[in-house]
This record gives sequence, structure tokens and C-alpha cells, in this order.
Amino acid sequence: MPNMTMTKTPMPEQKPDVRNHNFEEVALGYTEEMAVGEAQRCLNCKNKPCVGGCPVMVPIPEFIAHVAKREFEEAYQVLTRATSLPAVCGRVCPQETQCESKCVRGIKGEPVGIGRLERFVADWHMANSKEAPKKSETNGHKVAVIGAGPASLTCAGDLANMGYEVTVFEALHTAGGVLMYGIPQFRLPKEIVQKEIDGLRAKGVTILTDMVIGKVLTLEELFADGFEAIFVGSGAGLPNFMHIPGEGLVGAYSANEFLTRVNLMKAYRPEYDTPIIRPKNAAIVGGGNVAMDAARTAKRLGAENVYIVYRRSEAEMPARAEEIHHAKEEGIEFRLLTNPVAIHGDENGRVTSMECVEMELGEPDASGRRRPIEKKGSNFELPIDCAIIAIGNSPNPLIPTTTAGLEVNRRGCIVADEETMATSLPGVYAAGDAVSGAATVILAMGGGKRAAKSIDEYIKSKS
Amino acid sequence: MFQIVQKKRLNDSMTQMRVAAPFVARKAQAGQFIILRVNEYGERIPLTIADYDREGGTVDIIFQKVGKTTLLLDTLEEGDAILDFIGPLGKASELEGYQYAAVIGGGAGCAIAYPQAKALHALGAKVDMIAGFRSQDIIILEDEMKAASDNLYLMTDDGSNGHKGFVTDALRQNIEAGAKYDLVVAIGPLPMMKAVCNLTKEYGIKTIISMNSIMIDGTGMCGGCRVTVGGETKFACVDGPDFDGHLVDFDEVMKRSKTYAEMERESAREFNCRLMKQAEQ
Repeated sequence: MPNMTMTKTPMPEQKPDVRNHNFEEVALGYTEEMAVGEAQRCLNCKNKPCVGGCPVMVPIPEFIAHVAKREFEEAYQVLTRATSLPAVCGRVCPQETQCESKCVRGIKGEPVGIGRLERFVADWHMANSKEAPKKSETNGHKVAVIGAGPASLTCAGDLANMGYEVTVFEALHTAGGVLMYGIPQFRLPKEIVQKEIDGLRAKGVTILTDMVIGKVLTLEELFADGFEAIFVGSGAGLPNFMHIPGEGLVGAYSANEFLTRVNLMKAYRPEYDTPIIRPKNAAIVGGGNVAMDAARTAKRLGAENVYIVYRRSEAEMPARAEEIHHAKEEGIEFRLLTNPVAIHGDENGRVTSMECVEMELGEPDASGRRRPIEKKGSNFELPIDCAIIAIGNSPNPLIPTTTAGLEVNRRGCIVADEETMATSLPGVYAAGDAVSGAATVILAMGGGKRAAKSIDEYIKSKS
Repeated sequence: MFQIVQKKRLNDSMTQMRVAAPFVARKAQAGQFIILRVNEYGERIPLTIADYDREGGTVDIIFQKVGKTTLLLDTLEEGDAILDFIGPLGKASELEGYQYAAVIGGGAGCAIAYPQAKALHALGAKVDMIAGFRSQDIIILEDEMKAASDNLYLMTDDGSNGHKGFVTDALRQNIEAGAKYDLVVAIGPLPMMKAVCNLTKEYGIKTIISMNSIMIDGTGMCGGCRVTVGGETKFACVDGPDFDGHLVDFDEVMKRSKTYAEMERESAREFNCRLMKQAEQ
């Protein structure tokens, strides 16, 4: 008999006024009892609408059925058939617009907490399983994977499972990409990401850090070195700026820089040498998950006032509902329908204020969201000492500019077939933000997965 | 890990290291840089490639001890290893097609200016090298600079080598005396590069400067190295580090370069105290 409670089993969390002073994970995870109870809310529908909402097609009812029966390791084995990063997906996927949005239980009441269950299963496995990941028998074919973010790790994991000899080339000193440098510790502990990466290594994937492909080696040279196919998952690189006066002032950061200093370079821990400005009053421009991450990070670094400055209304914010909710709980102040027009500084070039203008919403624009229009004469000053620009990224140009024949679109994104992820060059596949522009971890993983399948077919067709 | 195969003290504050980094050495070109991290707790700092040996698989860096990271780096000896050494990054300098160049180095900048002089010379240009130092006792790379140029002008702020003045004084003198430079390369402290650019603007001589900005990744991801060039936002790590000096907003760059100055002084002071305590024990 299913558990017919209308609401999800609540996720235990650190209290907002405690957690906004530390970098420990906000969500504490389900206990076994909570997980079993929540799993029993699943009706195990025949047509499984939730699976269709998942970019990597996790067999959701199947793994949940195991949880309901307390078969946690079995549940894990089901999960990893579809995703190589379940502990990550369970934490950062926008389930509310994917699997959970299709859940039948969501029609009357709240959907099953699929993400929370996924996280529980992955964490349970990490804590309790002693089984080392199995190394597949090698098929003797070499594949190069460029970048070590979610798209690349997924592609590498799937290829390793099929027996390919995979070498991952990472530009930074640590593998993980945005999972390491972008998403904060309090949302995705780096130890979790590291364990997922160690798991890939145990499967036989070679990960080389400090290798900036395009500079140290070109794609052409990788082919010459015996790699039969190449996957490019180089991510969204260049941070966008607003091109308003004052973005060059001291205390004006891109969200990428601010978050990288804290997450990858651990500026929040005293034993690390990384310098960072610890703001008193910070304004974050943007309304996505990255803006929420930057705001909550600024708060944790000790800021008294942290503002989200966003030119549309909350309804148009691209951030996950949960991130917005958490940010508000932690005391982040939302300045909606507000757009910065300039950042002002003192004689030493340090940020002192952000000049903003009020906005109102007009007709929908090309993105389908209502276009914000400036209210003339409504300018006002927000006193701040730190401005963080979180309005998106453009793809990294290093590989396209050093690879003849690799087609990119007007925005600089690598052109790849949506189904096969094949690029304009034979044997070269691409996915993730390098193709889509800034998107989500799970979409990148979906692309990496499709690319792995295509690479397998491509190499088999040749040999 | 990247082993230090040779270490040479150039003067009290400057050190040259030869690092085994075969992948970097294979591709390195004049004007490019590397990023290094000394240990797990360290910062990532950019340093320009001073020289390279493709066959030997080594890359030379020259650094001045200015902050904790460079002080820490300097505690490493031959045989020790640097944790991360990433490169070659940035665009190579475009030095082809010039007849007569003045290459100007200021202090530690000479370490970067000298390979540019060498490259220009190898491409067949006549090269005047103008190098500026505070005083005679800290002059570095004199023989190397001499070998890489047709004329070497060594200037000191205090005149202790007999040539008192700034690099701009020597440059102006040469131009006034009829040197028909079609290129000036200026590398050194920001105020020096700015002064050189102001001077060459007067004479309409193309001037390339090399940015040594604050960076983290060096691949275009963080945007920390952004600099306004001709009104546009450029990233020193992928668009540079060389830029047309006449278009660079030096005043902005100079302020940005001081972002962490206070924190750096403090951490360098703490580190020095620690080193001294260790030495006493």
C-alpha cells in the first residue's frame, strides 16, 4: 500500500541563520526511515512519465522500488546504469522542471522527492559499500575527452564501461569543472565530487590535469597520438559583462572569478593563500543559479547586506525555486525590476556604489519572457563595496580557434548534432556548455551520454 | 609535479628557475606565459616564459620575490618540484616584419623583454635594448641582453652605473638622434609602460606592452585579468598578454593591480616571519 501523504518528506536542513555563517552543506540528507517513507509515495506507474523528464533517462520507479524495500545497494546499481554522477544529480538537478514535474503524485499534492531519494541512495552507497567499481575489459581503442566537467565525466564513464581506454585532459589543477570551481561547497561538497571522480579513475579512466588543450596539444595532435575519437566538453568559458561604466573597478568581480576563488581556490579557508575581498555590502547582478550561489557565498564570507539585482520579476528568474527560497531564508535581499546602469568608485578605484534604475515589464520578447523597460528618472544608488556580475558566460574559444574545420555558431558555441553530438569534424563530438552555452549540469550529462553512444558506434563502424 | 632542474639567483630579489615541463617546452613561444601553483594551499600565479628548450624539455621562469607565493617558490631548490605548471598560455608575440625595434625592460620586466629582443633579432630586425634598474647592484641578464641586441642602453634611477635616468630618457634621446624605430616593445612596471606609451604616441611609433594581470585559470574563465583596450573589455590571458600600448587604459589597470596589495603585504610579512623563525631554530 503506497504512502498517500500529499507532501514530500521534508529535507532536514541547517537553520538559515546558522548556515549563512558556514560553508557546510545546507541540506543534510534523508535518514533511512525518511527515504523508505518517501519511496513508498511512488505509485510505480506503468508508463513512467518521470523517466521521460530525465535527460539521462534514469529508471526512476525501478530504483525507488528498491529503496522502498530497503535494498539500497540494489537501488544504487540501477541508478548507475544511467548516471555516473548520482550524488551530484541528486543535489543540483532542477528536478522540479524535469522528472518531478511529470510525477503523477504532483497532480494532487507534491511529487515524489525523486532528487532527494537519488541523493540518499548515492550517499548511502558512498558510506556503506565496500565494493570497488569494476574495471571493464579493455577493447584496445583510445578516446580523448577534453575537459573534466559533468559532460566529460559522463562521457568518459560511459565509454570506460564499454571498454574504451579513456584519457581526460583537464585545464585546471583539479578535475570536476563547474562542479569544483562553480557550485559552492554548501550546495555540493567537493568531497562528494572527488569521490565520483575517484570512482571514474577506479574504472580505468586516466585523468591528466594541467593540460590546456588547444595550447599544449591540438586536436590534430591527439588524433596523431592514436586517439580514435575526441569528445570536447570544454564548458562555458568567458564571463559576460554588462559593458556599463565601472566594471573595471576594484571590487567588481565576474561570478566566475568570485566563485572560483572561494570554491576551487578555497579562499574561505585560512590555510589557503587565495586572496578575496570579503565584502560588507555586495550586489549580485543576475537571476540564475550562479547569482544565487554568489549571493549566498558573499553572505557566508561575512557580508552584512547582500542584494540580488535583477531586471525582471521573480517569475522570470531562471534560478531554481529551491535556490531562490534558500537565498531568501538566508537573508539575501531581492531588488527585482532593477537594473544597474553604472558602478561608482572612490579615488583608489574601489567600488562604493551601484547606480540602478527601476524597470517595468512590457511585452514578451524572443525568449518568451516579458521585456523589462526602464522607468525614466528612477535612478538610485545602492551603497556597496563589491559588485558581482552573474549574467552568463560565452563558450571558451581555445579549442574552436585552434582547430581548423570545427564549426561554431554566431555565439561561438560548437555546432553539434542534437542527437549524436557529432561536430563538423569526423571523430570529434561535443556537448555541454561548449555546445549549448550556459545550461545545467544534467543537460550537459545528457549530451555527454549521447556522445559516448555515438563515439562507440563511430569507432565500431571503422574497425 | 614539475621538477626544478636548475636554480640561479640573479640578484637579491630575483631568481631564475629551469623547470622540467616537456609538454610546455614543446609549444612555448616568446610572449607566452605559464601559471604555477607551488603546493596544495598555494595561489595560481602567472609568470612569463623567459626561455625554453624544446629538446631538453625545460622552461625557464624568472621571478621577483614580491609576495608570499614568490617567497615560497624561492624556498624550493634544485631537485624540488612545483605542484602545477600549466602552459603555454596566451598568444605568442607577433614580432615579424619589423626593421628596427626598441625593446624596453624595467627591472624584473627585463626578464621578459630580453626574449622578445632575442626573437626580434633572430627575425632579422635591428634591436636596441633599453633596460632600466633602480641601481647598478641589481642589474640582471646584462650579458644576455647584450647578446640579443645591437645596442644595449643600461639606465639606473640613481646613476650608480654612470647612466642616470629612466628608460624613457634613453628612448627619447635615441629617437631625437634619428633612430627610426618601427616598433617599441615595453615590459615592466605599469607606470613605466604607461610613460613609454605616452612618449611613443607623440612620435607615432607602434608600441606593444605585455600585461601581467591578476589571473586564476589563465584560459578565459575567470575574467580577473580583464583590461580595457580601445574601449573594449579584453582578457589578458586569451586575448593577450600583448596589447597595443596606445589603446590600453593604464589608469584602470594600475588600480586593479592593487586589488589585493594590502593582503599580499600582510601575508608576505607573516611568511617572512615564519621563515626567520625557522632559520633561528
